Amino acid sequence: MKEIIKKIKDINKEYNYFNIVSEDFKNENKGKLNNLLISVKDCICVKNLESRAGSKILEGYIPVFNATVTQKLINEGAIIIGKTSQDEFGFGSFSVNTYNIPKNPFDKLRTCGGSSGGSAGITKKLSELKIEHVSIAESTGGSIACPASFCGIYGFTPSYGLVSRYGLIDYANSLDKIGVMADSLKNIKKVFDIIKGYDEKDSTSLNKELNKDDKIKKVAVIKESLNVNPEIKELILKKVKEKFGTYDIISLPLIEKYAIPVYYILAMAESSTNLAKYCGMRYGASLELKGNFDEYFTDVRTKYFGQETKRRIILGTFTRMAGYRDAYYIKAAKVRNLIIQEYKKAFKKYDLLISPTMPVIAPKFSEIEKLTPLENYMMDILTVGPNLAGLPHISCNAGFSKKEKMPIGIMYIADHLNDYKLMNEKLN
Amino acid sequence: MIINEDLIKKVAKNARLELTENEIKKFTKECSDILDVFSKIQEVNTKNVQPSFHPIEIKNHLREDLIEDSLSQDDALKNAKHQMNGYFKGPKVI
Repeated sequence: MKEIIKKIKDINKEYNYFNIVSEDFKNENKGKLNNLLISVKDCICVKNLESRAGSKILEGYIPVFNATVTQKLINEGAIIIGKTSQDEFGFGSFSVNTYNIPKNPFDKLRTCGGSSGGSAGITKKLSELKIEHVSIAESTGGSIACPASFCGIYGFTPSYGLVSRYGLIDYANSLDKIGVMADSLKNIKKVFDIIKGYDEKDSTSLNKELNKDDKIKKVAVIKESLNVNPEIKELILKKVKEKFGTYDIISLPLIEKYAIPVYYILAMAESSTNLAKYCGMRYGASLELKGNFDEYFTDVRTKYFGQETKRRIILGTFTRMAGYRDAYYIKAAKVRNLIIQEYKKAFKKYDLLISPTMPVIAPKFSEIEKLTPLENYMMDILTVGPNLAGLPHISCNAGFSKKEKMPIGIMYIADHLNDYKLMNEKLN
Repeated sequence: MIINEDLIKKVAKNARLELTENEIKKFTKECSDILDVFSKIQEVNTKNVQPSFHPIEIKNHLREDLIEDSLSQDDALKNAKHQMNGYFKGPKVI
């Protein structure tokens, strides 16, 4: 074990996959995950291990309890190896909106994707070293699928509500889902089976049975998702043909046109209320107590929140303000309903909907610097749909780009509670 | 959509954030561009459509009102830098 710890620390020095590595790799419990190494995204609480969700405002916050998922893993004998780096509170697609930026395992000049960038990077690196490991990540609008695609691993996001969010440092409650990253479908299933299940501590936990039937009979590729780089399009279609023989092409026009604005309006509105609790009093970063409460809270928030967080708080506060609420927040929630119906209609006919995961390969940090915030948001065009609708989805590696030799991801989406279809061997 | 510097200042104040002059300028431009694009949801016909606040129908779960163990006072205070006599200590309110 000592050797493994050293290897992990060496990788971390070079690639920044962890915000903190565990002190010891021990767990005396015995169960279904005996000695399985598990990394946990920084936004999921692990008792006695600093948990910051990639934010300076949570500097020094050491949870006195475990998130439900963490506790379930520990009960089954898993070893928690550390907290993985991410965009601050999950706000980003490239893990650059934070103080510890993970580098792509294939090319250090490129991003791992985000916001679960550290989870994806360490999963790939440990897989190369044949060290068995699984990462627990979280997706709000694509934060599992995107980095899985950019790092060439499996990234699974379950149906909304199947995995307890208790102990998750939340981004947007109606969208957040804890999921699994691994280098095999077998390990995704193994860990998912442990962490799923109803939890009375989470008021949005789903108390429903999963469909056990994992058969895949009919699939369709989403037409609008093929407006991407031609190399990605060709690879995805080739892969679908190889795996399923025949497939349909289906048009989902509402999703292509409106999923991005609907997602960002709702996510920002929810996150701006969630972030109201950070004010330098009960936990996390603080300042010397001076001035009245308004001045003190403003000073703490201004000093410790990053730029993207401030931008989202402002946009989210705006869309909820009297006079604008109906035009933005409520309208977006209505269009979300129509988007869910569009998917539901497609699932009457198909077992899986398929698209590329991302419209591009992992960009270089120097390219990301030049993007405007809006261009950043547009990168999520393929992943926000299933996230808005709370649909289970998985990103798998489809191959590599010819020139840059960077991974390209293919995304499979299933209907609610049909998560097991995404663990079907056919997707291997 | 008329996003101007005064509106951004007002929203920031509501959200307890103080912005520098540069940030006000930058956010005004960026938020204006973003909201312009987001405003296209107005063209969708949502007559008789209910808002979806969750992706899946969520039922309220009720539990018995019983006394259970919760965080001890020590644990609850463990992460607070400012505390006094077993309480959180905060800034002046009045």
